[in-house]
Amino acid sequence: MEINKTIQNETLTVRITGRIDTTTAPKLGDSLTESYDSCSELVLDFAGVDYISSAGLRILLSAQKVMSKKGGMKLINVSSDIMDIFEVTGFKDILTIE
Amino acid sequence: MKEFETQALTDNLPDVLAFVDQQLEEVGCPMKIQMQIDVAVEEIFVNIAHYAYDNGTGKAVVRVEIHDDPLCADITLIDNGVPFDPLAKADPDITLAANERKIGGLGIFMVKKSMDDVIYEYVNGHNMLTIKKGLAKK
Repeated sequence: MEINKTIQNETLTVRITGRIDTTTAPKLGDSLTESYDSCSELVLDFAGVDYISSAGLRILLSAQKVMSKKGGMKLINVSSDIMDIFEVTGFKDILTIE
Repeated sequence: MKEFETQALTDNLPDVLAFVDQQLEEVGCPMKIQMQIDVAVEEIFVNIAHYAYDNGTGKAVVRVEIHDDPLCADITLIDNGVPFDPLAKADPDITLAANERKIGGLGIFMVKKSMDDVIYEYVNGHNMLTIKKGLAKK
């Protein structure tokens, strides 16, 4: 999994490429945690994400909880296969997905 | 039927999934179904790695059986750790708002929702969790 971060006007965009699974999710969690203070809004670009397990969902839920107290969080470019997982788990209703 | 045996450690997850994917690719499993099966196998294998063995780690076996007509896969994960039926656990409430949702508890729920059938058995000191999934394009 590759993580690429860019920040503009306090909006942090995190482009993720690859699989978010038990072995890679901690790296994403650490990367987000170290950036919370530097942004007011978080955009997760899922264009390159082709797999997510519950380990990845846990990271998204944590991030959503943190960012809901700030400027918010949204996911963009989510594939239909990943969207199906969000649908089944109810994440479609608690995340902002564009 | 093919089997893969490894230590029940999360570090071995890529090897487990590579074994499963190899069997699925040989029969032309659609990518979406392969991802669903991979997620299910990951959730079960990681559960074994985290909880099956009180004293450190032990073995895990992954057994893949492909059936024809209709094309489907039976995948069984086996450990000889403490008896544990993950299907007995109540499903998480997925209607709660983000701030009320608990972190975790989603893994086995995802397995139940994405597979055609999930069966737990405890046989001769072994936990055996079998997932069944049709492999034909819908």
